[in-house]
Amino acid sequence: MSEPLLSVRGLKVHFPVATGKLFGKTPVVRAVDGIDFTLDEGETLGIVGESGCGKSTTGNAILGLAPVTEGEILFDGTNVSALTGKARQALWRDLQVVFQDPVSALDPKRTIGQSIAEPLAIHGVGKAERRARVDELMELVGLRSGQRDRYPNELSGGQRQRVVIARALALEPRVVICDEAVSALDVSIQSQVLNLLLRLQRDLGLSYLFISHDLSVVRHIADRIAVMYLGTVVEEAPTDALFARPLHPYTEALLSAVPVPDPLAERAKTGRPLQGDVPNPMEMPAGCPFVARCPLREEGCDAIRPAPIEVSPGHRLACHVREREITGASALDKVG
Amino acid sequence: MAEAQTLEIRDLSIGVGEHSVVDGVDFSIGRGEIVALVGESGSGKSLTALSIMGLLSGSVHQTGGTATLEGQALELGNDAAMQKLRGTSLSMIFQEPIASLNPLLSVGAQVAESLIVHGRATSDEAWDRAVEMLRDVGIPAPEQRARQLPSELSGGMCQRVMIASALIAEPRLLIADEPTTALDVTIQAQILHLMRRLRDETDTSVLIITHDMGVVASVADRVCVMYGGRIVEQAEVHELFAAPRHPYTKLLLATIPRMDGPRKVELFSISGMVPDVSAWPEGCRFRTRCPLASDACATRPPLEAVGEGTDHVTACWHSDKVEGLA
Ligand SMILES: Nc1ncnc2c1ncn2[C@@H]1O[C@H](COP(=O)(O)OP(=O)(O)OP(=O)(O)O)[C@@H](O)[C@H]1O
Ligand SMILES: Nc1ncnc2c1ncn2[C@@H]1O[C@H](COP(=O)(O)OP(=O)(O)OP(=O)(O)O)[C@@H](O)[C@H]1O
Ligand code: SF4
Ligand code: SF4
Ligand SMILES: [Mg+2]
Ligand SMILES: [Mg+2]
Repeated sequence: MSEPLLSVRGLKVHFPVATGKLFGKTPVVRAVDGIDFTLDEGETLGIVGESGCGKSTTGNAILGLAPVTEGEILFDGTNVSALTGKARQALWRDLQVVFQDPVSALDPKRTIGQSIAEPLAIHGVGKAERRARVDELMELVGLRSGQRDRYPNELSGGQRQRVVIARALALEPRVVICDEAVSALDVSIQSQVLNLLLRLQRDLGLSYLFISHDLSVVRHIADRIAVMYLGTVVEEAPTDALFARPLHPYTEALLSAVPVPDPLAERAKTGRPLQGDVPNPMEMPAGCPFVARCPLREEGCDAIRPAPIEVSPGHRLACHVREREITGASALDKVG
Repeated sequence: MAEAQTLEIRDLSIGVGEHSVVDGVDFSIGRGEIVALVGESGSGKSLTALSIMGLLSGSVHQTGGTATLEGQALELGNDAAMQKLRGTSLSMIFQEPIASLNPLLSVGAQVAESLIVHGRATSDEAWDRAVEMLRDVGIPAPEQRARQLPSELSGGMCQRVMIASALIAEPRLLIADEPTTALDVTIQAQILHLMRRLRDETDTSVLIITHDMGVVASVADRVCVMYGGRIVEQAEVHELFAAPRHPYTKLLLATIPRMDGPRKVELFSISGMVPDVSAWPEGCRFRTRCPLASDACATRPPLEAVGEGTDHVTACWHSDKVEGLA
């Protein structure tokens, strides 16, 4: 089998917290606490999970924008953290990102035409070609070329996000990290952008790391999905398998909380939202990260961290209780 | 005499330079009612909300219309008067939380701020209430988080900080512009629950702007649909989903990716683009993209009641043919 285009192994990203010491120790936020995944050429991996569970930090670490505390990130076989100078620039060309927040991503003093042209200029594309390319990119994402001289504050939220997408596509990257890239778009533009992403993938073999909390969107676009909770991947599976048979209790809670566009069905919902305290990444439990909110927890869940097991091809799961249901035994049984 | 609506907007118009971006918008929100404002990106939802808050600025200005809050006229253009209401009777959760927070001030101080500014609590009390509010919106370890800067929090946490600072004032009207876009669905469910609770306990009225029709289905009592700076349809929530009578609404509902649909295929999307504000067509503004458009549509369709009651209104010359649209 060929090497994956991107592979993340044992990645940890910890941030020291500057404010207030706890018992003399500087607390750290364990934003990402040991995750593994791969992304193949032409593939889309969806990342979903609790707000604050480390999705953006994972993307940022791949981009070199967050410090890697431990582990490695291989792009096309090379460790990206070790790259410097020219090699790093070349990587940036192959690896682009569309962030969650279009406001801070755009320079308010530049017109949107200038913003989209910026990466082209940096990589030495001539002026005339740049102009034509900007027109082409704007059309691609559904903006009118007449809007090129507008400033970001003269656009709506959704229009700004399309500018950011156009800029990310300018250099024809191989991997695009989409961090809530379509969340700010209305459904009509959202479907156009998703259609665009799918088309670019088909035509150019692009790979996407698609971070989103919108499960119907992730389900539509992703080949595989990793579910994160508190800095760890708790379940990973091919998309159809995950939706047909979610195994981790957090995945189940997530899928059942998706609001459906049907007022009768929504109002008939009886399931209560998840109970219990939202976890604090500054005080990571020793055992399962989901223990405080888990409806299935048993004695020992809080002490022993469940290790991921593969329950069917490509379907990995980290949960003691479900592991026992499936395999007949789990690490909990040994403590007695 | 009937009780005054919490908010009543009449003929609101907003211009950018010489162009009209919001054109004659009418709606009202009753006491304790949750109204959703949905519509194409760029249709003027945020500007409508900002104008109610008296926050239009720069080249954007109100060109007409009136607003009342609990029967009292709002002087939308009078900043000093509006300032008094913001953070007391009116509060707003902004679409872009990170840009709306002060990067240099701890998030706890930002949540506490409105209580202090309006002299409703001492700074110690305000801090304690801010920490409680942060806990209510699902921020873990709020005592510690309150001391952090926005840059040290995740996107969704910043969004919840914004929500906390809007809710702490216990406003009469809460305007929430895409309040849950950056949140995972379990936290989203918690925030929506919090909004409903606020409504049930304090009769707060809510105007929620969202692209997520699932959120609309889950919390809204009534829905206003905007296109091209105008309200094109308004109905009670069940009615709107079951029997939309404007082509834009109908197509919008058909566009949503479904949890049971085929994957990785071309999604349906409304063809064409929203015209630029400088190039609206005469008459119905949806005309350039509408599958039902005819010559009649070159004249502006009035917003009229559909059927018997007056609750369901739509602005379309061919509303009787909408049902047959794919
Ligand atoms: N400060 C401004 N200067 C000039 N034009 C503006 C300004 N703010 C908004 N506009 C324009 O006014 C129109 C309405 O914008 P608004 O932000 O209200 O849209 P929206 O319905 O909230 O869209 P979205 O769903 O994308 O947030 C858009 O065409 C936008 O480009
Ligand atoms: N620069 C930083 N300094 C300190 N802590 C940080 C920093 N960046 C992120 N964090 C913390 O790391 C954790 C993970 O944040 P991250 O932004 O990766 O979450 P996320 O999964 O993307 O969440 P969301 O869905 O809300 O965007 C959070 O607890 C956040 O507060
Ligand atoms: S390991 Fe225990 S606490 Fe964790 S998800 Fe499984 S049952 Fe719940
Ligand atoms: S008035 Fe005409 S163009 Fe406008 S929505 Fe109705 S049918 Fe379409
Ligand atoms: Mg994030
Ligand atoms: Mg908006």
